[in-house]
Amino acid sequence: MTSVLYDVPGPKAIARNRIIGVLTVVVVAALLGLLIWRLAESGQFSAYKWQAFGYSRIWEQFGIATLRTLAAFALSALGALALGFILAIGRMSNHAWVRWPFIAIVEVLRAVPVLIMMMLIYYGLPVVGVKLDSYWAVVIALVAYNGSVLAEVLRAGIESLPRGQAEAGYAVGLRKAGVMRLVLLPQAIRAMLPVIIAQLVVTLKDTALGFIITYPELLYFAKQLGSNAVLGSPLIPSALVAGAIYISMCLLLSLAAVKAEKRLRSSPRVHKAPGAGAPLLEGTETELIVTQKRG
Amino acid sequence: MDVLFDYPNYWVDALVGTLVLFFAGGGIALVLGTIIGAMRVSPVPIARGVGTVYVNVIRNTPLTLIFFFFAFGAPLLVDFRVDFLTLGIWALGIYTATYVAETLRSGINTVPVGQAEAARAIGLPFTKVMSLVVLPQAARSVIPPMMSVLIALLKNTTVAAGFSVFNLGSIRATMSEKGENQMVTLLWVMFIFVVMVLLLAWLQRVLENRWRVAR
Repeated sequence: MTSVLYDVPGPKAIARNRIIGVLTVVVVAALLGLLIWRLAESGQFSAYKWQAFGYSRIWEQFGIATLRTLAAFALSALGALALGFILAIGRMSNHAWVRWPFIAIVEVLRAVPVLIMMMLIYYGLPVVGVKLDSYWAVVIALVAYNGSVLAEVLRAGIESLPRGQAEAGYAVGLRKAGVMRLVLLPQAIRAMLPVIIAQLVVTLKDTALGFIITYPELLYFAKQLGSNAVLGSPLIPSALVAGAIYISMCLLLSLAAVKAEKRLRSSPRVHKAPGAGAPLLEGTETELIVTQKRG
Repeated sequence: MDVLFDYPNYWVDALVGTLVLFFAGGGIALVLGTIIGAMRVSPVPIARGVGTVYVNVIRNTPLTLIFFFFAFGAPLLVDFRVDFLTLGIWALGIYTATYVAETLRSGINTVPVGQAEAARAIGLPFTKVMSLVVLPQAARSVIPPMMSVLIALLKNTTVAAGFSVFNLGSIRATMSEKGENQMVTLLWVMFIFVVMVLLLAWLQRVLENRWRVAR
């Protein structure tokens, strides 16, 4: 195997790599050992700290909390996808008076931290008489933020397509909407599918921000359970369990992204994703002719 | 206007808190991320494996949960007292390091293999291959996404507000105690973030234009 960085190792390099490998193992083992030693020393592995997890009621509540996380994620993901389409199309409008407001909206929504948006909805809006549930604060903030990011992703996907695609669409008599719906969007979505799914993983992770504005999701329940003195305040155990649930949910989604990317790479129908080698000639034939005439 | 100008001290403290989190967390993220990124492209399989596990586990954990571990969990594990600011900086640094590592890795991957092979063919040793051929090219394609990682870090500093670190994210609670208008407070916070992010985005564009890959 050869990579950009190193050649196929010879005997000297193999010996050196072995030493580096052993060193890595030693350092990682030392760090993990330190962590586990401290965990054991402070009694985090004692049965007393884990007694809560012997009750089926606790697991039931973990399940409900996970469902609350998923409920916020599902609606946010759908909403973000819908908003992403609207913002992307608005942003690419040919009319400046449509385009500029959309550009401003996308830029502002992308620049504001999600948590601040959630706070604005949950704590800010009641000032003007709009009282929303924490669930809606989480969902609306996630839709607004991820929608604006997805809009940029879709736009990048459409702009990475060869210009000839749109021109061919117009040439066969399609209108703007038809070119977008039948020619550009299907290709852009295909090319950007891994990025879109990766953004959905971000959405799923960001539902945990609901914890800070008291939406009773998974992390909120972990905190509640962790401060339950009757059960021995199992803060670290419950955080570990919540972490395992989060990681497995996100890993499943990430796996889907990796799969999509692999399928894309082997599919001949997809225009190569941006960055996969710059085209030699930027414009199309038509544009070339136009520029030649002008010159 | 009163929310901003009646309490200048709080706003300055909040801004300083955010900037301290940003720079210190960013410093840890860059150092740790470079180490992890180097591990992920190293010829040693074990180092690659450790890097991959680190990136996959941390990247699939919500930042709020990492803060949770650091702010509530870590003090239970050590005998000495650690302040929340230090814990918050580490949480941000460890989380952002995964994004730094991935950015570096994909930057190195954009350099065509032929470049390094050509360098080796003319007899350059490993250090020269890296310093003269690979890294200068990789750095150019790394800078724009790295700035995006830093912009994300700047926005993520607000999460520390939920974990007793005073910053722009927590000024709402302070103003609420003083009976000020929370809506106006939060709109000001939004405004400050938009300005800071636009500043970083402008820097990103300048660097991008200066170091555009000429290939």
